[in-house]
Amino acid sequence: MTMTLEELQGIARIEQDRQGGFSHHVNVCIAAGCLSCQSGQVRAAFEKEVARRGLENWCQVKGVGCLGLCTAGPLVAVEPAGTLYQNVAVGDVPELLDALGASPVARLDAADHAGFFERQRKIVLENCGRIDPERIEDYIAEEGYQALYQALRGMSPREVIDQVTVSGLRGRGGAGFPTGLKWTTVAKAPEGEKYVICNADEGDPGAFMDRSVLESDPQRVLEGMAIAAYAVGASRGYLYVRAEYPLAVKRLRTAIAQAERLGLLGRDIFNTPFGFEVKVRLGAGAFVCGEETALIASIEGRLGRPRPRPPFPAEFGLWGRPTLINNVETFANIPPIIRKGGEWFAGIGTAKSKGTKVFALAGRIRNTGLIEVPMGTPLREIVFEIGGGIPDGRRFKAVQTGGPSGGCIPEQFLDMPVDYESLAQVGSIMGSGGMIVMDDSSCMVDVARFFIEFCMSESCGKCAPCRVGTAQIHHLLAKITRGAGRPADLTLLEELCDLVRHTSLCGLGQTAPNPVMSTLHYFREEYTAHIEERRCLAGTCRAASLEEAL
Amino acid sequence: MPTARRAADAAPKPSEDRRWRLVNRTMRLHGHKPDALIETLHVVQESFGFLDEESLRYVAAALQVPLSRVYAVATFYHYFSLKPPGVHTCVICLGTACYIGGASGILEHIQETHGIAPGETTADQQISLVTARCLGSCGLAPAGVFDGEVAGKLKPETVLDKLGRWARHDHDA
Amino acid sequence: MTPTETLTGKRHRTDVNPMRVLTLKMDGQDVSAREDETLLTVARQNGIRIPTLCHLNGLSERGACRLCIVEIKGQARLAAACVTLARQDMEVSTRSPRVLEFRRRILELIFSERNHICAVCVSNGHCDLQDLAVELGMTHVRYEYMYPRHEVDASHPRFSVDHNRCVLCLRCVRVCDEVEGAHTWDIMRRGIAARVITDMNQPWGTAASCTGCGKCVEVCPTGALSEKGRSVAEMKKGREFLPYLQMMRRDELH
Repeated sequence: MTMTLEELQGIARIEQDRQGGFSHHVNVCIAAGCLSCQSGQVRAAFEKEVARRGLENWCQVKGVGCLGLCTAGPLVAVEPAGTLYQNVAVGDVPELLDALGASPVARLDAADHAGFFERQRKIVLENCGRIDPERIEDYIAEEGYQALYQALRGMSPREVIDQVTVSGLRGRGGAGFPTGLKWTTVAKAPEGEKYVICNADEGDPGAFMDRSVLESDPQRVLEGMAIAAYAVGASRGYLYVRAEYPLAVKRLRTAIAQAERLGLLGRDIFNTPFGFEVKVRLGAGAFVCGEETALIASIEGRLGRPRPRPPFPAEFGLWGRPTLINNVETFANIPPIIRKGGEWFAGIGTAKSKGTKVFALAGRIRNTGLIEVPMGTPLREIVFEIGGGIPDGRRFKAVQTGGPSGGCIPEQFLDMPVDYESLAQVGSIMGSGGMIVMDDSSCMVDVARFFIEFCMSESCGKCAPCRVGTAQIHHLLAKITRGAGRPADLTLLEELCDLVRHTSLCGLGQTAPNPVMSTLHYFREEYTAHIEERRCLAGTCRAASLEEAL
Repeated sequence: MPTARRAADAAPKPSEDRRWRLVNRTMRLHGHKPDALIETLHVVQESFGFLDEESLRYVAAALQVPLSRVYAVATFYHYFSLKPPGVHTCVICLGTACYIGGASGILEHIQETHGIAPGETTADQQISLVTARCLGSCGLAPAGVFDGEVAGKLKPETVLDKLGRWARHDHDA
Repeated sequence: MTPTETLTGKRHRTDVNPMRVLTLKMDGQDVSAREDETLLTVARQNGIRIPTLCHLNGLSERGACRLCIVEIKGQARLAAACVTLARQDMEVSTRSPRVLEFRRRILELIFSERNHICAVCVSNGHCDLQDLAVELGMTHVRYEYMYPRHEVDASHPRFSVDHNRCVLCLRCVRVCDEVEGAHTWDIMRRGIAARVITDMNQPWGTAASCTGCGKCVEVCPTGALSEKGRSVAEMKKGREFLPYLQMMRRDELH
């Protein structure tokens, strides 16, 4: 079947009317974080209690995607009162229902976390925590698939790409390549079969942005992919998702089935000749598969080992055909850009980094969770106002961005705006959005060792500098944290970092030394203390080898 | 693992076993093309808990992929396991947030008490210990998964308590 | 060259026209090349020696050992000559001090990875790795040796494999797949834990797919793969067995 605009708007209206019929809405977070604190039971308890009291037509209980403040789950948002409850237990349910329309239950009110929400601006996450991720109608009620309609019926592929180019959107996977330029290259490739791939192989340790988006608003990613496919001339797409995210996989599969049923995926979408079909492919636990050529190899059922580029996937990708690869957050930005125009998007952010960025804020910080801020927001604001600062009276030491490819940013740069260029200037990268805060109890040498251990075990082993170099760097760092380092080791360490960075085949190896180099640069005294005084300034490295402990 | 069996010995599996039907169906859906290898291995592992040699040989023959290539793929991707899991599985997340939140200390405690390192199973086949690169539950660091259930803000005592009950065959665990 | 493996069928790049001829500069010398030729090919045609390890004429390119890295003017990143196509007006430097230094360090890394003890090796004196050490002036290894414990598999009636001497160039894997068509060899695990295997990681002698052709032994750059019954320094690799390998030798004589 195909769908018309009237039908789409009809679905939206029915859904809006249905939801508008309720006086109160209880939105229970059912993203993975809250689910693991038994939010599923809380939701069931609400449903049962509402039914027992015969309030089904008065109060709607809905499971929604990520409400953001993961540290205080299970979270329950009550509308229209606008109250957010934290740490809700099944036993609290009757009391919370009693309070509907009255004053909120103070002991569960998350009002003291107001700073966490106030400074955020949500584009990618606008539906997260508001819609039921397992019902396409809810998405459609929030203007879902209108951008696709607008693109297919009112714009040429060229015009779609122009809007993306004007928006200034850059790839949210880490490197920040201009999205419009990437789309243009694929669109220009000779006609014939082309592919669109969504990279959802979120592998950075300490990052859960993509997972949250997929669990909270999967339809939006599908809509973004479909628009991209139309723009570049593709008719097939793959979503490459980590197998470690079973809930995201399940919701994606549900979302695809629902979109197909309504004719929003499949053939002749909105009565146009454009058709688009999406398949889910499971990753199997290899960080290197975030690299485009390795990801493609993995979809083809092969070993996820990168190959030299050029040729780039835009010309020679999946099955040797031109292929567009963007990550989850990039695709999620597309529908609002088409709906509101590239100019609108370009008005947010800084001169070279447009729009917003989603971060997974974690580590030694009060409010851990998922946040979205305009590009250019100062780091200090993110850490101390949104994040609520460092708990337990400890002292801030560094922020790690970019995961194993990034660096540790020390206190002196806290007032720096967070955008692609500024982060690169201080030796880190934007990365996919993991942001780990460290306090004075974190040993920076050990943090560097942790990341290089990650790269060592995730190295595919194809090229010699990355395979052996990361192992040698890890060996040196393990030696230093064990208290067996020699002064000459620092020179050797720097030399190895330089070698691995410049001679490795793919991005994994080329960026693997970053955490080591940035800590060597900003926290050198911690290295020398380990070597010369056999002392760990943070007090975390013991005489016993951490290597043995792992 | 190494035995001198030939690929030809891997006869088609009895279709009355529902689990093999699922595997066969996956391969059929992909037209028995070699690129279905990873998808098929996922289904085998989901159905049987791990990839045994017999299954690998069977899949290799059915998809016409060289044996060494199947073995290469099965060992390249860390999600695949070639060893049978214990009765219970404990996954400890080693993502950055969990690491600086003390995940390695938890692993140390497990090793001291149960004598298993990550990737190992206790001698009585009761408990398997696995580490994960990142569960994406950084808000709950340190996090882990106990028999499929995610748990956050772990402390060594609570983890040891849970594992202790598993070890004692306490079924309320 | 094809960037994909032969297992799923060769696919050719559409962006390269082999008929087009172009000119570039290599080490200050004006040279010409076809659009489908790599910098390594161009260098060898012009008598410029670039060291290689994983490369072998006739086999697909991997770009993995990184010993053939060169500098290209205007590019921040070093390029592997074996997988980089010649382009009009490129200015390539194949032996800048930086490149020479990196090559030597990469070789040191490779030596530190396994147990390369020449004095007791069947290939002593006939070893590509040894030759590279001489060529690159690598006198000692500053990185700590990893001393992994790898076994020797002598289960095959005619050949044996000593993983202690393997450099993971994967010439054996490629020749077995691309020339012999048996695909007995592959590589298991990843990173520093990677190792070449036969069939299901089983003793070579029991690998049913092996035809016993011995090509893997002949292309192996070190003493990792050898014929049985050879003693120290006795294992000379006979690579004349295929025309393309002779071609490679001719190239090297230039």
